[in-house]
Amino acid sequence: MATTIAGVEKEKLVGKRLRRREDPRLITGTATYVDDIHLEDMQYAAIVRSPHAAARILSIEIAAAQNSPGVIAVFTGKDTEKVGGVPCGASLPGLRVPHHNVLAVGRVYFVGHPVAVVVAKDRYMAQDAADLVEVNYEPLPAVADPEKALAPGAAPVHPEWPDNVAFTFHQDGGDVDKAFAEADVVVKQRITSQRLIPMAMETRGVVAEWHGADRQLNLYTSTQIPHLVRTLVATMLGLDENRVRVITPEVGGGFGSKLNVYAEEALMGWIAQKIQKPVKWIETRRENFLCTIHGRGHVDYYELAAKRDGTILGIKLKIIQDVGAYHQLLTPAIPTLSVLMMPGIYKTQNIRADIVGAFTNCMPTDAYRGAGRPEATHGIERMVDILADELQIDPAEIRLKNFVANDQFPFHTATGLMYDSGNYAAPLKKALDLVDYGKLRQEQADARKQGKWIGIGISTYGEICAIGPSPATPAGGWESATVKIEPSGKVTIMTGACPHGQGEETTFAQIAADELGISVDDVLVVRGDTSIVQYGIGTFGSRGTAIGGTAVYFALQDLKEKIKKFGAVLLESDDVTFSGGNVVCNKTGQSKSLPEVAASAYRAMKLPPNTEPGLVSTRFWEPPNFTFPFGTHIVVSEIDGQTGEVKIRRYVAVDDCGNRINPLIIDGQVHGGIAQGIGQALWEQAVYDDNGQLLSGELTDYAVPRAHMMPWIESEHTTTPSPVNPLGVKGVGEAGTIGCSPAVVNSVVDALSPLGVRHIDMPLTPEKIWHILSKGA
Amino acid sequence: MKITCTINGKTYSNDVETRLLLIHYLREVAQLTGSHVGCETSLCGACTVEVNGKAVKSCTMFAVQADGAKITTIEGLASNGTLHPLQEAFWNEHGLQCGFCTPGMIMASKQILERYPNPTEDEIRHGLAGNVCRCTGYQHIVNALKAAAAGARK
Repeated sequence: MATTIAGVEKEKLVGKRLRRREDPRLITGTATYVDDIHLEDMQYAAIVRSPHAAARILSIEIAAAQNSPGVIAVFTGKDTEKVGGVPCGASLPGLRVPHHNVLAVGRVYFVGHPVAVVVAKDRYMAQDAADLVEVNYEPLPAVADPEKALAPGAAPVHPEWPDNVAFTFHQDGGDVDKAFAEADVVVKQRITSQRLIPMAMETRGVVAEWHGADRQLNLYTSTQIPHLVRTLVATMLGLDENRVRVITPEVGGGFGSKLNVYAEEALMGWIAQKIQKPVKWIETRRENFLCTIHGRGHVDYYELAAKRDGTILGIKLKIIQDVGAYHQLLTPAIPTLSVLMMPGIYKTQNIRADIVGAFTNCMPTDAYRGAGRPEATHGIERMVDILADELQIDPAEIRLKNFVANDQFPFHTATGLMYDSGNYAAPLKKALDLVDYGKLRQEQADARKQGKWIGIGISTYGEICAIGPSPATPAGGWESATVKIEPSGKVTIMTGACPHGQGEETTFAQIAADELGISVDDVLVVRGDTSIVQYGIGTFGSRGTAIGGTAVYFALQDLKEKIKKFGAVLLESDDVTFSGGNVVCNKTGQSKSLPEVAASAYRAMKLPPNTEPGLVSTRFWEPPNFTFPFGTHIVVSEIDGQTGEVKIRRYVAVDDCGNRINPLIIDGQVHGGIAQGIGQALWEQAVYDDNGQLLSGELTDYAVPRAHMMPWIESEHTTTPSPVNPLGVKGVGEAGTIGCSPAVVNSVVDALSPLGVRHIDMPLTPEKIWHILSKGA
Repeated sequence: MKITCTINGKTYSNDVETRLLLIHYLREVAQLTGSHVGCETSLCGACTVEVNGKAVKSCTMFAVQADGAKITTIEGLASNGTLHPLQEAFWNEHGLQCGFCTPGMIMASKQILERYPNPTEDEIRHGLAGNVCRCTGYQHIVNALKAAAAGARK
């Protein structure tokens, strides 16, 4: 597509594999992350954390730490009692919300619970002194497993709620009892989605700076949601929100773990006021494992009712959600997303879901890439395979039979969603062609005869993206954009989204360049400073482009109208068009360039009727619906019969995220998502022992994927535009993770199916597979 | 203890505590914050710099051990405003997202290409095994190294 102006064709940038505009600072080491900030007379904080999962604090001796060289202050929970609690932003009927002090008061509830904080001249001195704080604990019985926590007689995490129930949730859709009564077959399975550690490469960090005379707090923090942090930290500290400035410099990865408000953010803001100096706290990797939110933590009990021909009639699901010791910002909302997503992309209209949230003496769980949808997708995609095995139907065929059909969109699900658009068979068929499925099954049969363990796994996923309409989200689901065309004609976009690797400095510039007919180099995208950017929601839930980008689009439409008006004045004509970066008089062919028009809009010698000077538009776009991307991932795996190691021989991903703005960036999102999905499927697991000690608390014990562990990913796509927004985009940040894990596990179960294996819980470690092979042999 | 070293062609001379880690010396004394701390335990590689021609994880080396050393950090790779071919390749191939691992990843890649001017995918992947990236899934990083190697052969 191209627009023609005065014989010059300007190629559209949307759809191009443009290299990213944010990269020059990142590849030269000149970007600024929180730990790169240095302020005059800045002090360093080190936090003393509980080594016990549950204990009474009998006393805290701080004198030795106070006298340690370079120390200027030591604070404990008694000092910070007036600081507001760490907030939970989600609500459910009957939700039990324990008060979450920024420093523990009287009792600790998980290993890593902050107990005291030492402030000193440099980070070494702060750590030295932190080691001198003597805390006397009376250890108490702890519980670290959600099912054990709910069993009678379990140690109570919070004494006021001895049953350890944090919340319950129930949803019915259709007539599930009738569906199960009419079923030819019911398959049941317990399926876990283990606790995971998000492990962004940059740990969390905060720099706080207090200007006492102005009662102004500047808070530099590595977050996905600067404005929400400002609102909530201002509340916690009793400060005026308009005098709290949250600055989010470069963010070194989030994956949901920085979609939160943490104790340390308020704590550093409080300390900066107390010491009247700037203070920095940088989380260690050990702290990051212990004290930044974890993901997943599901035990799911599934029942699937079907006819003999494979038609799915209904689904029952009971989720036991490992909450941890507290609710962080969105903790209780995450498993409700699993319920919304539980039918997958299948047309069954009968569901029943129950969630029990269980307190445990562990770090709280919350949103981690996919947040509730990977769990749901893993469950339904495993169950469909189990049903296929029960009925001896090919897993591709049973999926095709149950897909929502193309003529059923918009499709109302039994869980209350309206799927916007879809063509579910297209990516499945494309993926089957790519792997040459018929031939592959033959090769598998031949390999089995030679004693090889080859498996083929299919996952046909759907997901809820562009989160989301405000009534369906805890904090408002719109996004904002201000687009300013400067007097020179250069364009500045201020987005309320807060990208941290997703590349919106490039994709938003592509959108603007096309709309205004200018070069992408003339567009600057600014985010992450609450004093510069109008209120925004942030980046999570695959919402950046679909909602934030749409806000940019609508602001640009306003400006295009205004540009035409100012151009008409300059050209002294009512009959003008704006295209290719010029306002053109349709009668004379005379034109004025965007810089000429912009200059006139600010010079304001002659204003168009009912028009103010300047070229600025701010839009807050409220999406009418979520978007629903989908796709098919196929994995071919081979198991080493001697060691139990799973090798992925082929990974084919066909994803449909609607219209594609920058396919290079989309590929990157898909690859990264798949890496985290494979990580969950094969290696990663946050393991707490029965006493609540985190055994996988370092990179030595927690196996994130490394380059040599990852397969080559063959990435393809289909394109089904979303009708929800004018860009037709759906979102792609989480697709890889959501589609991946069931494809991997289905392939391994398929490989081991000659042994009668029907399900294996993640991660599929060599040890686990070796035991299955040993038993089978 | 007084140490003297050359970083990116410039001489630095400082009194440092013997326990000061090289990464903290680079970041806080020399004020070169391009190299990052990702794990403090030499497992993630975000702090990788070149010391006397070899890629080193600067979070598990003391500054005093670098006395007399010639050090190159990410800030020293581009010359006179021209990017190093690896920087260019990481940019062209979208070999980074959040960018936090990138300086260490590029410094490690430099050593891989010095060892294997024409690396296989396997050599690239095993060469990168000490550097964690949580964003890219590594595929575009592999492409970047292939592209940089191909560029050098031209």
